[in-house]
This record gives sequence, structure tokens and C-alpha cells, in this order.
Amino acid sequence: MNVVTNVEDRGEPFEQPARFAFDGESEAELAKIIARYPAGRQASAVIPALYIAQRQMKRQTGSAWVPVKAMDAVAARLEMAPIRVYEVATFYFMFNTKPVGTYHLQVCTTTPCWLRGSDEVTEACRKETGIQGWGETSTDGMFTMTEVECLGACVNAPILQVDDDFYEDMDARKVQDLLAALRRGERPAAGSMAGRQASAPADGPTTLTTLRFAPEK
Amino acid sequence: MLADKDRIFTNLYGLHDPFLKGARARGDWDNTKALMERGRDAIVQEMKDSGLRGRGGAGFPTGLKWSFMPKTSDRPCYLVVNADESEPGTCKDRDIIRHDPHKLIEGCLVAGFAMGACAAFIYIRGEFFNEARVLQAAIDEAYEAGLIGGNACGSGYAFDVILHRGAGAYICGEETALIESLEGKKGMPRMKPPFPAGVGLYGCPSTVNNVESIAVAPTILRRGAAWFTSLGRQNNTGPKVFCISGHVNKPCNVEEELGIPLKELIEKYAGGVRGGWDNLLAVIPGGSSVPLIPKAVCDEVLMDFDSLRAARTGLGTAAVIVMDKSTDLIKAIGRLSKFYMHESCGQCTPCREGTGWMWRVMMRMVEGRADVSEIDTLEQVTRQVEGHTICALGDAAAWPIQGLIRHFRPMMEERIATYKSRGAAPVPLAAE
Repeated sequence: MNVVTNVEDRGEPFEQPARFAFDGESEAELAKIIARYPAGRQASAVIPALYIAQRQMKRQTGSAWVPVKAMDAVAARLEMAPIRVYEVATFYFMFNTKPVGTYHLQVCTTTPCWLRGSDEVTEACRKETGIQGWGETSTDGMFTMTEVECLGACVNAPILQVDDDFYEDMDARKVQDLLAALRRGERPAAGSMAGRQASAPADGPTTLTTLRFAPEK
Repeated sequence: MLADKDRIFTNLYGLHDPFLKGARARGDWDNTKALMERGRDAIVQEMKDSGLRGRGGAGFPTGLKWSFMPKTSDRPCYLVVNADESEPGTCKDRDIIRHDPHKLIEGCLVAGFAMGACAAFIYIRGEFFNEARVLQAAIDEAYEAGLIGGNACGSGYAFDVILHRGAGAYICGEETALIESLEGKKGMPRMKPPFPAGVGLYGCPSTVNNVESIAVAPTILRRGAAWFTSLGRQNNTGPKVFCISGHVNKPCNVEEELGIPLKELIEKYAGGVRGGWDNLLAVIPGGSSVPLIPKAVCDEVLMDFDSLRAARTGLGTAAVIVMDKSTDLIKAIGRLSKFYMHESCGQCTPCREGTGWMWRVMMRMVEGRADVSEIDTLEQVTRQVEGHTICALGDAAAWPIQGLIRHFRPMMEERIATYKSRGAAPVPLAAE
């Protein structure tokens, strides 16, 4: 095991596993995805393959991240130079190159969310988890808190993304309830926490109210 | 006001089944074969006649773009759909993908057929995980029903649709960065020329279109260019999905005609500005990259490409970010500077260095810890970034600051004066 110092968050050390191999579930997914691209263009599958590795780490260790050995495995599988995979894994923000907590809290703080109270969401996340700075993991290993840029759900701002799910129309109280539920091992349904119908106005759609469609055969 | 019968995205809010049964009931995939039988040239002509301008931000005429594809090619041709929706304020494609995925898939087929493409690659932003699941399920059922695949809709035309997830990089919304990313590389924009229509994905002729541009195509072909041009204004035709966020009573997405007055859009659909129209400070009318406009302009301006351009801003993605008088406007724009700093790919020096510099100066402007002359310095630096980079991210980082200085310079000067009046030490000029 190598101890690698992470320069990004004040040098908290973490361990890189000594080996990584795709398991059966990952191999099946990989085969399916590589087949989508034209012959000889398997490098196109590098992002999907890194996702598969990150998910496998989540299954095996409880933490969704991509160790260097997993990048090497992707490179070998796609016949790419390892450096090309390292470049991709570090360029794209959604690959965690160090371990994260059981739940990855991603708070959008870009202007549309900020206007609707992302500071309140950030503060509530801090209070509930004890995390001080961005990128840190709570002492119980449950939560990692990351500041993210616009998530593309701005009319439902502010957004708190937990792993792959968007929790929308948040406020401090809703953060409290959501994190309490996660601690209990529950997974509340994603979407508007204010009970809105997707991106419709809070009190219901004002358009598309007069349409009747043919019966759905 | 746009009548419901003229709305294209009839399941915008997801009240109905997004999948094939529901989509067919809403008129999707209704004799698509007949649309294709009109032939490539007729489809492209109809799109040109409709006046549809690209819905991804730049507003380039869609039919014209399609016509740039080679008539014959010894290499495969590709349609690439830009579903990397990441422009702050924008969340329209998300609704199309999760609630009306078949409009997009059918659009891929007719557009792809019209440009002689053998496949469409849909590049969706990585954060849209659940949206991608819906779209993949819709693609799978379209294959099963024979709507796409070896003999798409029984037309004899072979056409594949491949969904590809990105992984959190705004820059991949730039068409050549998107192509690089799709090829398995870092999302760094390419120099143009060559343009994608000549050398695109895998070095083959490619056209990159926004989700909304592609998803409206089947409806335009069914209802005709004349119907489309009857909506909106001249040179700004058709309906458009608007996203209204920020300080309004009821933020929402809504489909309306281009050319609707901004005030009407906000008051009729988004429940008005928080605290009333007179509490309005400024609006960013087309996603974070376009300059803001103060209330006086908002009072009258129409929401279309040409009207907003005349107001020295832009329609962009039609994402309306509303800010009331409680907003620290310098901080709101400063946060956008941070966004561009974070999202710069680092390829071009003016953008890589400039976005960070602009953010740091903006943060001092928020405090007022600056010299009044630095407002000019900041403005000059935005001019040195703008137009000096391979892609438009540098421009996009510059414009919000230019808009702020243009319309709210006194506010910035006042902030500096307040800071100085507290007897704080003078700041060295542009000490970054």
C-alpha cells in the first residue's frame, strides 16, 4: 500500500489499493458499453469505464472513488496509454480520485442556487455533518461534502445532490430531515422536496392544462 | 399567449407517461416513415423555411447547419446531440430528456436521415444520471419497436442512437470539446476550421445540435414551416422553452413564443418578481454567459434573439435569472466568475489565467477593497480575454462582468468608497 498525499485538501493522507480488477458485474457492463462504439474506437468508452470502476469500488469498499490501479485497469481494457486515462480521470469533476464518504453531498452554489439560498443549504450540511471545509469527510465516514457548479436544475434551486440523486427546492430544515433519513439508512425519493411537480410552478401548471391526448393504447 | 395546442413539449412537466405508449398518444412516431419519404432535401428545406434558430445559445439557423453536411461521403456521417446542459440558469433540456425522450429520439432519426448520418450520439451531462436512465430506456424501447436500428420505422434506413454520459465538465457543451470528450479525451476545444461538418467525430463529417433544436424537428415537419413561422417574430420564429429562476415567486419552466415581453413572461408564468415588479434590480436573460440588464431595460425588452441583442445582451439558452433589490449584484456576478474559473479547460492562456484573475478582482470588488481605477483595469482585462481564445468560454467569462460595469458602475464605486471611508489601508493597484 502506498500512502499518497493529496495536495487538494491540506494533505490528508489516504491509501491507494495495491491492485484492482474488474469483477463479473463490471465486466458484463463494460462489454455492453464498448460494443456501442464503432470498431477501433473503444477509447470512447473511457468515461463509462471509469464510472464502472467507481461503482465497483462503492460496492466493494463502500466508497465511490477511482484509485490509480483502477485507471490502469481501464487503460489495459481499452488499450490506451495509462496517462490518457489519468488525464481523463483528473479532468472530469465527477471522478473521485480519493475516497469519499458513504454519501456524497454535492451542494450547488452557483448563482441561481445562491440566489435561492444555497448558503443556508451549505450551512445546514455543515451543522449536521460536522464538516468544516469543502472536500472533507465527516469523522464517522458517512458524508463527504463537495461544492459543485451549476447542476442544471435551476428552477428547482437550491439543489443538494446526494450521490446521483438531485434533491430540489431545499432549505435548512429539509437538509436536516434528509440527512437524518440517510443516517437511518433510508433513501427518500429524489426530486422536489417541496412537493412540486417537476419544473412546474409551485401551485401547479398554468399551461398544458387544456390538452386531452388519445387514450394510451 | 401561446395556446396549449401550439405547444410542442406537451409533457414538459412529466404529468404523463414519458415512454412509448404515452409518447405515441401525444403524436410522436406517427408515421415517421412518411416524413422520411419526403427525402433529405425536402426535410432540410422545410427546416430552413421554418426559420428555426439553434436552441443551444448561439441561435444559428438549424436547417442551414444541416445543409453543410456533405451530400455524399465515403466516411460515415454522424449527428451529435448536445445534451450537456450546464449553462447556469438553464434546465430545459433536462425536462425534454426525462419527460419527452421520444421527441428527441424521433428528432435524431429525421435529422440524422436529413444529413445522411448513420448514427446519433447523444452526449448527456454526467450529473443527469436519472435523466440518462429514462432516455436509455426510451432508446431501448425504440429499438425494440423497430423505430430505430437496421430498418428504422420500416424505411429501409439504418440508424443507431447511442447515449453517452459526460462526467462533469461545462466545457464539453462547446461542440468541439464535446467531440473530443466523446472520443475519450479531455474536453478541450479544437481549433476551427476545420469545422465538424468536414472533420468532426472520429474525423468524420458531423453536426452538433442542441437537444431542443432536434426535439422540435418532427413537430415542425408534421405541422409545417408555415405553422412554425406563424409563432414568434420575424427572424425569431417558433416557441421556445424558457427557464425562470432566481427571485421570482414561482420559478418554473414554460414554453412560450419567442418575442414575449420579459415582464409578461415573469409576471404571467413565474408569479412575478418577489416583492413586486418595482423590487426588480436586474435580470440575466439568457443564461450566465450573457450580460445582465437593469430593470429599466427589463420593463420593455422582448425575449428573442434580435431584441436582446439590440439591448446588448442575448437570448442565449432563454434562461432568465431574476435578481431583486436584496441581491448583492457584485457578488452574484462574482460567483459566475468563479464558475468560469472552475470550468476553464486551461488550454488557452488568456482564459486559464484571466478567469482566475477576474474572479480574484471581483472578490475584492465585493468587499470594496479596491481602487476605483481598477474597475477600468478589470474592464480592460475582460476585453483582452474576449475574442482571444479558441472557444467562447473566454467571452462568456468576460460578458457578465462587462454587463455589470456597463450598468452598475456607480454601485461598484460606492462599495469602494464605503470601504475606504472605514479608514482601511489603501490597496496596491491590481495586486493579483
